[in-house]
Amino acid sequence: MSSYTFIWLSILAIGAGTFLLRFTFLQLAGRIALPHAITRALRFLPAAVLSAIILPAILRTGPGTLYFGLDNLRLIAGAIAALVAWTTRSVIATLVAGMGSLWALQAMF
Amino acid sequence: MSEVNAGKWRDWIAGMRVMLPLLPGAIPFGMITGAVTADAQFTALQGIGQSIVVFAGAAQLASTQLIADAAPLAVVILTGLVINLRFAMYGTSLGPHFGSLSTGKRALIAYLMTDQAYALSITRYMSDAEMTPMAKFRYYMGGAAAMWVVWMSATAAGYFLGNKVPASWSLDFFVPLSFLALIVPNIRDRATAIAALAGGGTAVAAWSLPFNIGLFAAALCGIAAGYAVEVAAGRGATRSEGER
Repeated sequence: MSSYTFIWLSILAIGAGTFLLRFTFLQLAGRIALPHAITRALRFLPAAVLSAIILPAILRTGPGTLYFGLDNLRLIAGAIAALVAWTTRSVIATLVAGMGSLWALQAMF
Repeated sequence: MSEVNAGKWRDWIAGMRVMLPLLPGAIPFGMITGAVTADAQFTALQGIGQSIVVFAGAAQLASTQLIADAAPLAVVILTGLVINLRFAMYGTSLGPHFGSLSTGKRALIAYLMTDQAYALSITRYMSDAEMTPMAKFRYYMGGAAAMWVVWMSATAAGYFLGNKVPASWSLDFFVPLSFLALIVPNIRDRATAIAALAGGGTAVAAWSLPFNIGLFAAALCGIAAGYAVEVAAGRGATRSEGER
């Protein structure tokens, strides 16, 4: 198989499979009444999955490395942003605090 | 413009506005994804075609790297799909909100599904019980369409120019910050807070696992922990269920 064909096959197969993953459950959960236990459990998905994206992204110092030390500037900026998010509940304030403190810390150290 | 039409556009624009801070993070990521396809000998049509057909950054990046490493086709495809397993959960979570919409509209929602579109819609839907399915659709589409345009532009630019965004700008930091701003106001009770802690903790612990499995495992652990706390809380939880 030429690499040209190989690449197209991979794109089309991943694309079709991904669409099915996205569509099937959206369709099913819209058409049938989900069991009560599932609805109740799904209430926790946003908090669980978003913090699972947030935490590694804040601790990440480079490709494939997480770092917990207090000299991780992203960790400090992230903590400041979390505090601001908690007290103000404002997206803009959170972004300004987080990006502002990260850029300031990077300029200082 | 009639008042009804103005209302329609308000939902689109509202979704777009909430997506705005999530867009800068997609730019360096998209440019890297595009640049890697050029390195892996994709034609321009294949590089852009990958973004149009797959439209899922982590899966695109990982499968391209495997192609560059001459991995077997089945491994390339399976890797891409395993990374995207989380979309099945997002679909289950969003599905009930779009119950009465046509299959065509739901196909569109499915095609445009991303972490970002899921995050901004579900957090809004959970805090606004008054929204109609159509308003929810328009809100989702406003944000999701903006992400589509940025992703296509960033990956195409990356294909032709390489990644031109200096790492020192830390644009990727917009991603955790925006998600933080979306989720914090939605942590209203102890069970949700525990779900967030368990999800974040698992993601960090499982960080080194391949194929984004850590994210999937973290979602399941977070859900299980939140559910367990709610069940243990007993009557209080039952009462709040009844209110909704």
